[in-house]
Formats: sequence, C-alpha cells, structure tokens
Amino acid sequence: MTVFQFSSPAWMVCPVILPLIAGLFCFLFSHRTFAIALAAALANLLVVCLLTGQLLVFGPMRCHMGGWQPPLGITLRTDGPALLMLLMTAVTGLAITLYAKGYFSYRISDPRRAGRHQRQQRYFWPLWMLLLAGLNGLFLSNDVFNVYVTLELIGISAASLAALSGKPASLLASFRYLLVSLLGSLTYLLGIVFLYRSNGVLDLDLLQNLAANGLGIRTALALMSVGLLLKTALFPLHFWLPPAHANALAPVSAILSALVVKGSFYMLFRFWFETFQSTITLPALNFMGFLGAVAVLWGAVQAIRQHRLKLMVAYSTVSQLGYLFIAFPLAGVDGGIPVWSIVIFMALAHACAKSAMFMAAGTVFLHLGHDRIKDLSGVRASLPITVFAYGIAGVSLMGLPPSGGFVGKWLLLTASLGSSQWWWALVVITGSLLASIYVFRVMSRLFVIPEGFPLKKSEPHFRLLEWPAMVLALISLFLGLAASWPLYILAHGTTTLAKVFAGGLP
Amino acid sequence: MITTLIYSLTGLILFGMGFFTLIIHSHPLRKILAVNVMSTGVFLILVATAYIPLGEGEIDPVPHAMVLTGIVVSVSVTALALILACRIQETSNSSLPGRKQQGEVPEESIR
Repeated sequence: MTVFQFSSPAWMVCPVILPLIAGLFCFLFSHRTFAIALAAALANLLVVCLLTGQLLVFGPMRCHMGGWQPPLGITLRTDGPALLMLLMTAVTGLAITLYAKGYFSYRISDPRRAGRHQRQQRYFWPLWMLLLAGLNGLFLSNDVFNVYVTLELIGISAASLAALSGKPASLLASFRYLLVSLLGSLTYLLGIVFLYRSNGVLDLDLLQNLAANGLGIRTALALMSVGLLLKTALFPLHFWLPPAHANALAPVSAILSALVVKGSFYMLFRFWFETFQSTITLPALNFMGFLGAVAVLWGAVQAIRQHRLKLMVAYSTVSQLGYLFIAFPLAGVDGGIPVWSIVIFMALAHACAKSAMFMAAGTVFLHLGHDRIKDLSGVRASLPITVFAYGIAGVSLMGLPPSGGFVGKWLLLTASLGSSQWWWALVVITGSLLASIYVFRVMSRLFVIPEGFPLKKSEPHFRLLEWPAMVLALISLFLGLAASWPLYILAHGTTTLAKVFAGGLP
Repeated sequence: MITTLIYSLTGLILFGMGFFTLIIHSHPLRKILAVNVMSTGVFLILVATAYIPLGEGEIDPVPHAMVLTGIVVSVSVTALALILACRIQETSNSSLPGRKQQGEVPEESIR
C-alpha cells in the first residue's frame, strides 16, 4: 500500500475527513460523544504533526483529489503558512474540546437546568467537529471555489454554535452573524464569478501563473477581499462580532474568536501576498494598514468602556485583529524576517491567548453567575488557576516579553521604523498601552480579595475547566521564546512567498 | 454575447436589489428573502457565463457545477436562518409585525 507511506500526499485528506466522520458519529450516537470528539481532535493533532514532518523533509506538497489534474480537479496543498494554521487549529481545538467537556459537565451537574444543558452538549459536539473539518479544509484547499464551500461550512456551523445557548440575545446575535457571514460569502462568490470570467481557472497556482492585471481581476479581488474582510471583522465591518462572540457559550466564544476569524483572514493573506501579489498596489496595502490601525485603537477604546468581561474580551479581538492588518503595508520591508511571516505568527499567538482568555472568562462566569467587571473581586480565592491563566493571556495580548505577542509587535515596530513609516509604530505602541489598560482593569479586581471576603470552598473542583486555559496561556507565553520554530516551518515550507519578497529568511 | 450581457446585468441588478433590501429593512423574513435574491443574482451571472449559442461549441460545465453547489448551500443556509428567525420571534417578548395570536407557544415550553 503506497497510500500509508510517510511520503504519500494522501495524508492531507485526513484533517478534513477525520473530524467530518467524527461529527457524523457524534450526531448519530447520543452517548460517548465526547470520546469520539476527543479521539478525532487527538488524531487530527497527530496527522498534522505528521504533515509537518513531511513538510520539513519533502517541502510543500500537492494532493490532486481523485487523481483529477488542476484545471478541472480540486487540489489540496500543504506549505508553511497552511501548516502553521493547521497546527494552531489542532492544538487550540484539542484544548477547547477538553474545556468544553469540563464546561458541560459542570453545567449538567447543576440539577436545575440539567436537561437543557444536556441538549446543548448533544448539539455542540457534531457542530464543533463540522466546524473543525471546515477550517482544516479551508487551510488546505488550493482552489478558490473550494474555499467558498469551506467558508460556508464554517459560517453555518459557527452561527449554529453561537445560537446554542438559546437566550434571546444570543439568538439575535447569531442571526445577525449568519446574515453577515452569508453576505460575505455571496460577495466572495460574486468575486469568483468575475475571476472565472476573466481567467477561466479556479486553481490558485494557475491563477498565480496567469498574473493578469486586467479590470476583471481587480474587480474580482476587490469583491473577494470585501467578502473576506466582512467575515474577518476588520474595523468598519466589525459590528457583528462583539455581540455574537460575547453572548455565546464559553467554549463557543473561544472557538469563534480564536479560530473562525482566522480562517477568512488566512485566505485574505493568501490572496494578497501570494496569488494576486502582482495586482496589489501600495495604496491598497496602505488602506488596509489604515483600517487595521483604526481597528486597533477603536477596539481597545471600546474594550476599556465595557462593563462585562466577555464583551471586553470580544472587543479586544477586534483590536488584536487590527495588528494583523497593520503588517500589510510593511510586507515589502526586508528587516531580516519578512513581515508576512510575522502576520502568521501573530495570528498564532493571538489564537492561543484569546482562547485562553475566553475560557477563563467563561469559568469566571460559571463560578459567579455573572461577568460584571466591577463585581469580580475575590475570584482569585476560589479559582486561582483560571485567574493566573487570564493574567498570562493578558501578558501576551499586551505584548510584554517573552510572550508571542511581544515578538510579533517587536518585529512590527522594527519593520515600521526600519522603513521610516513611524506612524505604524505609534499605533502599535498606543494599542499596547490601551490593551494594558483593559487587561489590568479586570486583573486588578480579579487579584484583590476584599477584607472580610468569605473564603469558601464549596464548589466541586473541575480540572478540565481550569487547566486547558492555563496550558494555552502558557503556550502563548512561551511562543515568544520558541519563535524560531514556527518561523523555521514557515521558511522551510514556503517557496513562492520567499521568491516574491527577495531576500528570503535567515 | 449580447445574451450573456443581458443576463449578467440582470444578475448584477438582482444582487444590488437584494443588498439594498438587506441593509434597509429590519424584518428578519425580508432579510432572508433579500439574501436569497442576492444569491439568485450571482447564480444567474454564473449560468450566463457558461452560455454559448447553440452549435458554436460545448457548454462549459464548471459554472453549472458551481451553481448547483451554491444552490445546495443557499437552501441549507435559508433553512437555518428561518429556524433562527422563528426562535427569535418565539423567545422575544416584543412581537414582530404579522405575528399570529393562535400559534403562540407559552414561554415555559420553549426553554
């Protein structure tokens, strides 16, 4: 059997197929759904590790589905950015799977609403597995239309997950979310139509080789970018994100904030820096950077103004997504490490930190029954690990050393000062300052135990509620120390990107 | 050529009309219908792209495959959106315009 050899490109199919099958089984069986989902998440992580090994040995690979060649068939491919996103999804996904188990067990242990929470858990697993399959498919696919299908898969499962809590506010938010994501994907589809009209191919490699610069391709790129930006929630299009992310169940918020927005961002990154690189102009890059800068400041100011912890964390996502776009106008700068690799690295760091933060916020919410920031004092006494995880995740969001966020922001600063575009540096610094305000505003309350606070130990202890957040927070912290590994994978697995920005990686 | 152009323009107009309705109307059902009109517009342009006058060669099957996939996606998303809209109407106290009194479900049985 050649299929199961180490060098076989057929392994690429597994990250899509495994969660899909697991999702089906989770839907069919009402018992042991957690075991199925956990097995799928673990197997997914193993396969992604294997793919990483493959990438390091053989370089980027292509897999033609069903043996059909590109103009007609659909291609999957692995390369540096794709694999890092897959790794991010696999690691965060595993932690979220464990956390979700803890979360639902805790809620079901409360006899008052056990039936309702059991029903939520019943639908959570299949939808989460479907979402995982969609995300992995998105990161692997090398075909514009296939991306549309995976985007829709992600959109449908994400909107259903957001509606899971069943409260009127979350239903309304998820309805809006569904419409926005639908609008985004329809705009994207219209872009594909223009693309197909002017080129007649859908494969990303073929499109890149054509490198035409006509009106058709510009319109197509503009439409596709707007669609993806709407799904990524860049500044003026971010209105749907905070209510949808903040009103969802805690594991769902973590999934939405850490992974789902990264999916559409990743495609945007691919289009702008690889496939249509020859079409992109400097004003367009600067415009994206400008929107990113406004998002950083606006999101942070809004985060400071919030009274609820989960809304604050959601606005922080708006702000942190802005940083990814500030890197756009600096992409051509050659400061040792190309800036586009920083973009992926920052996305990685943000995914770990933000999912840890949402998990911690969710645990606090479960413990207190509310998440009003002014009444958070004393949580440290009963949830020490969660509060610690929140603190560490905050360190990464603020960009203090040695976290992953620090490395990302440092490289952004160097690139912007090195190319004498100091205004971006100013935004990055102001953004970090504002981030420290909103992180510390909560942290100061979490760590303080007011006098005469009853130190009760009544709650049953759920390790799965606390440790996944802790582990992810630690990963985001030490990502800064181990920054050379992901950058090495990026360098190793990327041929086209390195060629585009001559100078390469160290 | 002119046929393709007419159909494409019609598709674009449909897309624009749908978009306009989606933005300015607040009723959930109108929004869902607007999105459906938009997707119909996109499908129309796609089908028009594949059009070749009779006897001048073979029709390009790729856009047709895309439209089929798009229709499947559109149907499932519409179903999900309708369910969500129904739930919103059932759970929220403020009744939306056109709500029937007899089909009302008591609050407790929903939760």
